[in-house]
Amino acid sequence: MSATTSPAAPVTPDAVTFSLTEEQRLLRSTVRELLTARAGSERVREVMLEHGGFDEPLWSELAQLGLTGLLVPERYGGVGSTFVEASIVLEELGRRLAPVAYLSSAVLGTVAVVRGGSDDQQARILPDVATGAARLALAHLDTAGRLDAPPGIRAARDGDDWVLDGEAGYVIDGQHATHLVVAADTGTGIELFVVAADADGLAREPVEVLDLTRPMATVTAAGMRIGDDARLSAGEPVAALHAALTAATVAIACEQVGGIQHTLEAATAYARERVQFGRAIGSFQAVKHQLADMLVATESARSTAEHAARVLARGDYDELAIAAPLAKSYCSQVYTQAAGDAIQIYGGIGFTWEHDAHLYFKRAKSTRLLLGDPRHQRALVGDALGL
Amino acid sequence: MASDTASTTDERTMIEERVEALLASHPPATTPEHEFWGAQFDHGLAWVQHPEGYGGCGVSPRWQAEVDRRIEQAGGSTRNRYINVLGIGMGAGTIMEHGTEDQQRRWLRPMFACEEIWCQMFSEPGAGSDLAALATSAKRDGDHWIVNGQKVWTTLAHLATWGLLVARTDPDVPKHAGLTYFVVDMDSDGVDVRPLHQITGEAEFNEVYLTDVRIPDEHRVGDVGQGWKVAMTTLMNERVAIGGGVQPRGEGAIRQAVEVWQTHHGADGDPAQRDELLRLWVEAEALRLTSTRAKEAATHGTPGPEGSTAKLHWADLNKAITSFTIDLLGPEGMTYPGGYRFTRPEETATRTTSPHKAFLRARANSIEGGTSEVMKNILGERVLGLPGEPRTDKNQPWREVPRS
Repeated sequence: MSATTSPAAPVTPDAVTFSLTEEQRLLRSTVRELLTARAGSERVREVMLEHGGFDEPLWSELAQLGLTGLLVPERYGGVGSTFVEASIVLEELGRRLAPVAYLSSAVLGTVAVVRGGSDDQQARILPDVATGAARLALAHLDTAGRLDAPPGIRAARDGDDWVLDGEAGYVIDGQHATHLVVAADTGTGIELFVVAADADGLAREPVEVLDLTRPMATVTAAGMRIGDDARLSAGEPVAALHAALTAATVAIACEQVGGIQHTLEAATAYARERVQFGRAIGSFQAVKHQLADMLVATESARSTAEHAARVLARGDYDELAIAAPLAKSYCSQVYTQAAGDAIQIYGGIGFTWEHDAHLYFKRAKSTRLLLGDPRHQRALVGDALGL
Repeated sequence: MASDTASTTDERTMIEERVEALLASHPPATTPEHEFWGAQFDHGLAWVQHPEGYGGCGVSPRWQAEVDRRIEQAGGSTRNRYINVLGIGMGAGTIMEHGTEDQQRRWLRPMFACEEIWCQMFSEPGAGSDLAALATSAKRDGDHWIVNGQKVWTTLAHLATWGLLVARTDPDVPKHAGLTYFVVDMDSDGVDVRPLHQITGEAEFNEVYLTDVRIPDEHRVGDVGQGWKVAMTTLMNERVAIGGGVQPRGEGAIRQAVEVWQTHHGADGDPAQRDELLRLWVEAEALRLTSTRAKEAATHGTPGPEGSTAKLHWADLNKAITSFTIDLLGPEGMTYPGGYRFTRPEETATRTTSPHKAFLRARANSIEGGTSEVMKNILGERVLGLPGEPRTDKNQPWREVPRS
């Protein structure tokens, strides 16, 4: 199958199995239990307001379970799992809005290094990523966050060294990372560099974000001088960057499914309990039907994300070109709709800061725009289909 | 998934042997269809979950797909399930569960062999979503029942030998309690079948007028007053019959939308319309993946909500896609190629038709087989556990409940 398969003769992808193995079920319940205990609403709020949106103790606990190194190959101290395992963790994190650097470090940064780094470079960086001691963040956009523009940071060759200058915007968890993977514009292409986040010539400024549970930073490089060994030297940098971004696209969809599922469950529970006009509001069809629609959408969103995660795990890149943007476009649409409808079902209380509904509403909108909105993703689906 | 257990292996062997015996004694190439289906029944391969002697061999119903696949591979036909969909898909299970020995012996084999076609007379002009409110009456007259009333949306009634009927035998008890289930000989005096033309002009369905129709008591299925329970069995079987295979990617209504896009727009198309096309394509694929997931869970897992959302999702999506396809046609969308033909289509299936006809036919998707509103109540109450609406008609005698 080629990426430009004609839609007139569409190819049905090989069946994936949606069911989980016993180990995968155990992984889910382990993560869920941990997050139920450690990432309740009170804690999430404390972290987002007082710790800049990064829960370091929770990160350590995830690391102790080996979860920060799920996608790190075993030879570099990771678990070497498939993306199906990662998708389970991501869904659970999304369900709780757990403020940890999972998407940035365990997915984006890890995949970039695995795909772009030489054996030596991987051996130098990944063991610390696996233990959680190092946290990676990817700086690849310009300050306007444009997907179709060159990176905002430029790299110029100077003897054996490179000098980095410029600004990168929307760096997820940038202020909490120990290392940055910088995609820099060389004038003739892109190179990926791994640099210490506190290195001379590098500054990080937190962005005032809509979703306080997902911090972002603007990264500025000013005459930053680094050696060529900081440049990821195996493989094609554009391909490594693309792989990282595609994995993150799927990761966001999986995370969104967790948020959608939580939104449905919480709004349903409220509609069962809240009494007006002498009966539970969920008995009114106006509310019941809204929740039924949300259920239908939830199930379909889950299907797209689970499919994409399995296609990624299987390494079927032709199918991934359809499945990844498809999942993110669909899940984004469902999440924003559900999170908005939930506020309506809660009524006045749903508009208060005290209620959690706005946290999910903000996550929904923020992730909808992150790495390309649904329209952008649909265009990618169309391109892959030759439509 | 887990490998076959010992008993599964035994069942597989048994099924394989039976299929081989059937194909050997009745080669599909040289056996007339009706005869083949009769033999299939005799080999216990008509509906494998039923007991021996009644067209089955007492194994899990999931083996049926395997049997049908092998028969088709050998050039045999399984289109009897289509031709006699209401009998084989819905009537058989009902008669097996609630019918008498005599009824099972009399009706099942000719039904499966398509020697006798069946129809289902449930809905009435005054009882659609609220089926239990139906008004067709059946009054006892010695060892017969006298039936009067009108049924509607009766697929295949014009071809049917037998009809499944729910009628009111006691108007003085609450609506669910006063119903009884019968099988009607469609050739009886007083049965008047008229085509019902739908918005496409075609008549897939019929209206059936029942005037002093006499039904022998031995054609009653289940006890007097148990009609609702028996009818529920029929409707459960309908769900199973409908929830069959999963289409390949890009099939169905979305295929037509894509084709019209390619022939009328293509590379120079309007970006907003392209985005809308892709939005619908993505949603169709999301639904397809959900059906795949549901099927997998039903075969070897714990079925979750994904199994009950497909009908509702499909109905709304199909309407949206077919309507958008007409938009893509532009001025051509104002035409109706071939004109309105007031004919009866040969098959009940709503197969590929022109985008124009598909557009009109899709309006029924959210009405037939449970309106989307009723489906949402079911999902809300049975899956999400929300309380029902307060009801005024549940405990009142049917006679006293307002009707339109």
